Amino acid sequence: MKFKALTAVVALCAATTAYAGGADDDVLAIDGEEMISKTDAPAHLAETGIDTIISGWHFREDDTQAMQLDTFDNPGMIFVDQAMDSWNTVEGEAGESCASCHGDVAEFEGLSTKMPKVDEDGKLVVMEDLINECRTERMQANEWKWSGGTMQAMVALINHQSLGMPMDVAIDGAAAPFWEQGKEMYYTRYGQLELSCANCHEQNYGNYIRADHLSQGQTNGFPTYRLKQAKLISKHNRFRGCIRDTRAETFAEGSDEFRALELYVASRGNGLSVEAPAVRQ
Amino acid sequence: MRLTAITAAATLIAGMAVAETVAPDDVQYGEYGEVEASLTGMPGDPANGKVIITSRSKGNCVACHTAEAWSDAAFHGEVGPMLDGVGGYRSEAELRGIVANAKMTFEGSVMPAFYKTSGFIRPGDAYTGKAAPADLPPILSAQEIEDVVAFLMTLQDG
Ligand code: HEC
Ligand code: HEC
Repeated sequence: MKFKALTAVVALCAATTAYAGGADDDVLAIDGEEMISKTDAPAHLAETGIDTIISGWHFREDDTQAMQLDTFDNPGMIFVDQAMDSWNTVEGEAGESCASCHGDVAEFEGLSTKMPKVDEDGKLVVMEDLINECRTERMQANEWKWSGGTMQAMVALINHQSLGMPMDVAIDGAAAPFWEQGKEMYYTRYGQLELSCANCHEQNYGNYIRADHLSQGQTNGFPTYRLKQAKLISKHNRFRGCIRDTRAETFAEGSDEFRALELYVASRGNGLSVEAPAVRQ
Repeated sequence: MRLTAITAAATLIAGMAVAETVAPDDVQYGEYGEVEASLTGMPGDPANGKVIITSRSKGNCVACHTAEAWSDAAFHGEVGPMLDGVGGYRSEAELRGIVANAKMTFEGSVMPAFYKTSGFIRPGDAYTGKAAPADLPPILSAQEIEDVVAFLMTLQDG
């Protein structure tokens, strides 16, 4: 008797809490252009029970959300402007700048929707790899540090050219083995807390874990501008932080493991608009 | 009253029963994941149990669970069930098993095992992101587990 009553109370409370969390129903329009911030999940997610994929924007507080609605209010855009300067700057032995080979950065519209991808050598590459390859091979300049400010500003500038376009990474053909590797990582329960990406971002998105409102862990807004750190955060830096928080030995930024994970996580967001640089608390 | 008596007794025997501490790999779990015997042979200190539950660097149970009893702690998570009254509908042995290794009670649970030192994938050195030392300690010590269980047993109304 008493047990039944208790269970009923628990069920009641659980229901109330569930309403408190979850994604909100606000509309994300950047400079008046509506983003695809919620859409049908890609076919490969069928087995997960997730039928709608949701941008991390829907899980943030109103004031954080507001900063992303207008590119003039978006503090991450300062870095995009800075990257425009590096785009035009000649550096290295070859006497080239990004602009002298590529012309207008707008030429890269759509590129980030296809990243990561497998290159002609069969290697899985992400945006940072493409940038550093130009730096070292074509400009004969020094490599940029993965999560360094200059690198992430350039990634943001290039990704921003695809603002609003749906993510569309390939997961078949040459990409398949990398995608499988990334998927296995996504479901591996790392560390002394034995938590996988899925435990937090698939099973518990919409729930609070202490003060953090768990999202689906989508990457369509990266690099994201974090108010707390007042700088752009790379995808690999975020992955590293999430794995470290499971009391695990993390992987390095720029490691092949994180490239594979980046492909798999990107594919979970296929269909969501590129929002780079998104704003996070 | 009763709590004070227990604490006094605990203080009295502290130091004498160290040899009785059960190591993480030696904990005997029953069919439903329950652990009958105290891990230290000493009663737990419920006041310290509450501190452990609400401290980020200790149990951080509040990251996932809410309860009236720790409503003074900021930000309660909602990943796990609300724990009001859990000491009424769970036995001490069940609670000890759940806190030591919840996966023995709830298969595949997201709740971490707080008294376990082996069988991890890429265990780290706490939250440094670096590899764990060879003698990785459990997240909570045997006595801290007993303290948490003692506090959970005080949650009678829910
Ligand atoms: C212990 C819980 C936990 C685990 C495990 C975890 N994360 Fe996270 N993750 C968080 C929290 C909390 C945040 C910040 C709030 C949010 O956006 O969900 C976050 C944010 C993210 C974000 C940023 C989303 C955005 O829109 O800004 C990405 C991407 C991400 N996680 C990916 C991963 C991946 C990949 C893994 C596995 C390697 C993982 N997470 C494991 C808790 C976790
Ligand atoms: C990362 C999340 C998480 C953390 C941290 C966590 N728990 Fe849990 N806990 C859960 C979940 C989820 C369940 C429900 C069991 C299940 O379905 O897996 C649970 C169940 C329980 C139960 C059983 C409740 C019942 O109704 O039978 C108790 C007791 C409990 N937890 C206590 C604790 C204590 C004490 C701590 C800290 C020392 C703690 N938990 C830390 C997630 C967590």
